[in-house]
Amino acid sequence: MPKILKITGLEKTYTSDNKQLTVLHDISFDVEKGQTFSIVGPSGSGKTTLLGLCAGLDEPNAGRVELCSEDLSRLNEDQRAQLRNKEVGFIFQNFQLLPTLTALENVSVPLELQGSKEATKKSMTLLEKVGLGDRVHHYPSQLSGGEQQRVALARAFANAPSILFADEPTGNLDAETGEKVIQLLFDLNKENGTTLVIITHDLELANRTQQILRLKGGKIVTNEPTPIL
Amino acid sequence: MAWRDAKASKVRLFLFMASIILGIGAVVSIQLFSTNLKDNIQSQSKTLMGADFIIDSRQVPTERAQAIIDSLKPDASEVNFVSMIAFPKNGGTKLVQVRGLEGSFPFYGQMETQPTSAATTYQSSGGVLVDATLMLQFNVKSGDSIKIGELTLPIAGALNSIPGSSAISASVAPPVIIPNRFIEATNLLQFGSRKEYQYFYKASDTLDLNLLETRLEPLLDLENADIKTHIGSTQRLGKRYDNVGKFLNLAAFIALLLGCIGIASSVHIYIKEKLRAIAVLKCMGASRLQSFLIFGIQIAAIGIVGGLIGSLIGVGLQGLFPYLLKDFLPFTLEISISAQPIIIGVLLGLMMSVLFALLPLLRTWYVSPLEVLRVDEKATQEPLKIRILVFGAILVFLFLFSFWLIKNALYALAFVGATVVTFAVLAGVALLFIKTIRNYFPKSWGFTVRQSLLNLFRPNNQTVVLVVAIGLGTFLISTLYFTKDILLDKTEIGQSTENANIIVLDVQTEQRDAVAESISTKDLPVLNNIPLVTMRMHSIKGRLVNELRQDTARQVRGWILNHEFRTTYRDTLTASEELEAGTWIPRLKQGDPVVISISDNLASDAKVTVGDVIVFNVQGVLMETTVGSIRKVDWAQMQLNFTIVFPAGVLEDAPQFNVLTTSVKDEASSAALQQDLVSRFPNLTIIDLRQVYNLVEDILEKVSWVINFMAFFSILTGIIVLIGSVRTSKYQRIKESVLLRTLGAKNKQILQISAFEYVFLGLLGSLVGIILALVSSLALALLVFKEPFVPSWIPFLVFIPGITLLVLGIGLSNIRTVLRSSPLEVLRREG
Repeated sequence: MPKILKITGLEKTYTSDNKQLTVLHDISFDVEKGQTFSIVGPSGSGKTTLLGLCAGLDEPNAGRVELCSEDLSRLNEDQRAQLRNKEVGFIFQNFQLLPTLTALENVSVPLELQGSKEATKKSMTLLEKVGLGDRVHHYPSQLSGGEQQRVALARAFANAPSILFADEPTGNLDAETGEKVIQLLFDLNKENGTTLVIITHDLELANRTQQILRLKGGKIVTNEPTPIL
Repeated sequence: MAWRDAKASKVRLFLFMASIILGIGAVVSIQLFSTNLKDNIQSQSKTLMGADFIIDSRQVPTERAQAIIDSLKPDASEVNFVSMIAFPKNGGTKLVQVRGLEGSFPFYGQMETQPTSAATTYQSSGGVLVDATLMLQFNVKSGDSIKIGELTLPIAGALNSIPGSSAISASVAPPVIIPNRFIEATNLLQFGSRKEYQYFYKASDTLDLNLLETRLEPLLDLENADIKTHIGSTQRLGKRYDNVGKFLNLAAFIALLLGCIGIASSVHIYIKEKLRAIAVLKCMGASRLQSFLIFGIQIAAIGIVGGLIGSLIGVGLQGLFPYLLKDFLPFTLEISISAQPIIIGVLLGLMMSVLFALLPLLRTWYVSPLEVLRVDEKATQEPLKIRILVFGAILVFLFLFSFWLIKNALYALAFVGATVVTFAVLAGVALLFIKTIRNYFPKSWGFTVRQSLLNLFRPNNQTVVLVVAIGLGTFLISTLYFTKDILLDKTEIGQSTENANIIVLDVQTEQRDAVAESISTKDLPVLNNIPLVTMRMHSIKGRLVNELRQDTARQVRGWILNHEFRTTYRDTLTASEELEAGTWIPRLKQGDPVVISISDNLASDAKVTVGDVIVFNVQGVLMETTVGSIRKVDWAQMQLNFTIVFPAGVLEDAPQFNVLTTSVKDEASSAALQQDLVSRFPNLTIIDLRQVYNLVEDILEKVSWVINFMAFFSILTGIIVLIGSVRTSKYQRIKESVLLRTLGAKNKQILQISAFEYVFLGLLGSLVGIILALVSSLALALLVFKEPFVPSWIPFLVFIPGITLLVLGIGLSNIRTVLRSSPLEVLRREG
């Protein structure tokens, strides 16, 4: 299978009060196109940092990230943004919706940034798919947590991404709502053939992906296919 | 706890403080300046007049007046009049105030001359002291000669200053001082010329000047003379500058008010962000008062420290006012510092910041500990009664402070009312704009423009406050600009030849034809040749003027009873006149009863109307007249207008002199005509209206500079409020832009969103400000100046883009930080 994400010798160090703190040590792994992939590990193990580097939200101190056949170190900020806009979708633990926009407008943003003429129509379809066809004109503050995360889900799929990064997508939701959101995530993933990279504490959720990468203290402990599958 | 909390938000708290520092600085500096001005006027009382008291008369004193003058033994005297002078060295001519002095005036203070000795030697050497600026203008030096009327004298020195005269009054007709003994030889005190006789007295310290004034005033009044003491003069002067001080104070107060609204808005957002923390404190057992005090103390401290810093800046700034107002002050101002304005500054800072922050602060009181779990917008709203109470307290404080500043309850009420209306209109327009945008959102516009419009009503937006700040600044400067336009338009003289721009006064009957011929030979038109007859009122509606003077319950205005009227006769109305009542009688036959036409202001001041009888004293001859018509006169037109016009056929044989007018194309032909006329007819007074226009423009420039300086405080405060708001919303902006970048927005798109948002704010604020200025200027033009108002395009073409660019610049000042923020860091912080 072709690789959509290739990570080689990745290192990330933060400097604080003249002290250097290495968060990620020599991380290397690949994600295949269409694969579901989870990164698990305790708090402070470097999961979110790794996700940020994979998606080009931050730059590593050493190593290489190749996303959708593009070496991220060769791209500038705007080129990385353009790559994300075309190929990447995001879901965050705390939803990260724009408070000034309605649900429909929030979903339209990635399409609007592409200059798509059919942004509203496509967004409407997506919101209906996630069961929010009757809440399209509501603002984030008027929606429940589960509803907000479903809007975020619709937004993540709006640009038909090749790869979707989800950072603790159920972290702020109750078990029942969380399950509904996850089910939706997997359904949409299957339907669109999107690669899915999930960061989670939830081993049950991790076990539903094809591959699990375990991190501890910034180092890979294991990277192996999920046994149950 | 208050201190610990403040330490964590010191930059923001400093910005809150900056909003009031300037306003306090302005109030304190003006307070100090006013105090200094009062002290200076008091201490320099005698120096301002140069004498203890003066008796003056606009005519040769009557026998009885002269007897009073002589009995008090004047120490010095003067006759002054406005006349043309010429400098033979270069042929230059100029309208000046000739002062023929006798005796060693001034007794207090001194004439400053160059050389210094000239002030004391000019009397004995028989030289002339000429206004220093005038000498510079005409490039003449001490030792050159000056021709005054028919007399040529050497210039003894340059006159820099003389007690009782300000730079502005000197610029109308600069003073030229000559020994009194030469006045007769100038031959300038001819029939019809306007002159003033002044007698200066130095009194012993024991003389009660107020008593002297009370006793002599009625006696001198009857003889058309007047007494002025240094005490009365300084009181009048003090009152005049007090009014200026009050105006400046109110302007400073507006700046402070704007700053306080900025504080209120910033505190509102600051407290909103802290609500969860306050709820946590309450969960842990903090009482309502404790949680209120944590933030209340911070705001009070901001007020006190801001007040103190503002007061110190005010102390520094007050040094600027003597410089700003130097042309208007007839003395040198010595600056000293008094404690009272500084204490007021600190108290004002404390009161204003606490009062204006009270409403947002009260949310800390009402926040429920339950909000630890969920922050609900509506749950923390304080009761309506409390809100009304707070607004009431703010309005009462504003009224009390304005009342303290201007000492007039009605004006204070009007000021507070007008301020509230202005702020309300600006805020109302901003709210209306937001509502309109929401209701009619331009869905077809591009993404970045729509996104920036949406930002205007994002949660915690400060759109209303920013529109008020930007709008108020624009409103102030545009109103100033438009008002200046109206005032200058009133005095503007058309360049066409139909409009007279040279007026030749004091033309004696025998000179009339020769002067007209002089004008014609230079190929210039004689536009008017108006006869003037001087007279005083003898009785009005059967009551003698002398009787009316002593009647304390009279309704007739005082000036009518003492005024020497310059009347004319003609058979037509002029373009600046319009008949308001009665019938215009163009001509009378010999023996007809005399029917006159009077101006509307004279009718109202003298309480007369059509059909009333007025008896005039025409240079010794009594003439009974009846008011036949009342004319509305447009005094703003720069031409010769008259309060009293006789029909043709009545005054032709009365002693009279003429006024001729002409129109010249340029400076050179004006100078040539003036030189020719002054050399042939030294008694003539020539007024070049274009110079008057320039002078009016110059004075308005200086006045508007002072007003602009005050508006500057408001604008600068507005800028600080803007910076504060940009700073307050910085984190929110970073979050939004990072999210957009994560979703694939380019830096250019993020930059555009921010830029458009500030352009909208700038455009909206400045446009509303200019529209408000248009309305207020229109009201001023119609109600105060009674002039048509044609607004100039400059505010629209310069102010709107200029202010929008300024707002854009400030708004984008931290865009680099926004663009450079690491998305991961921000997104993680949110988690």
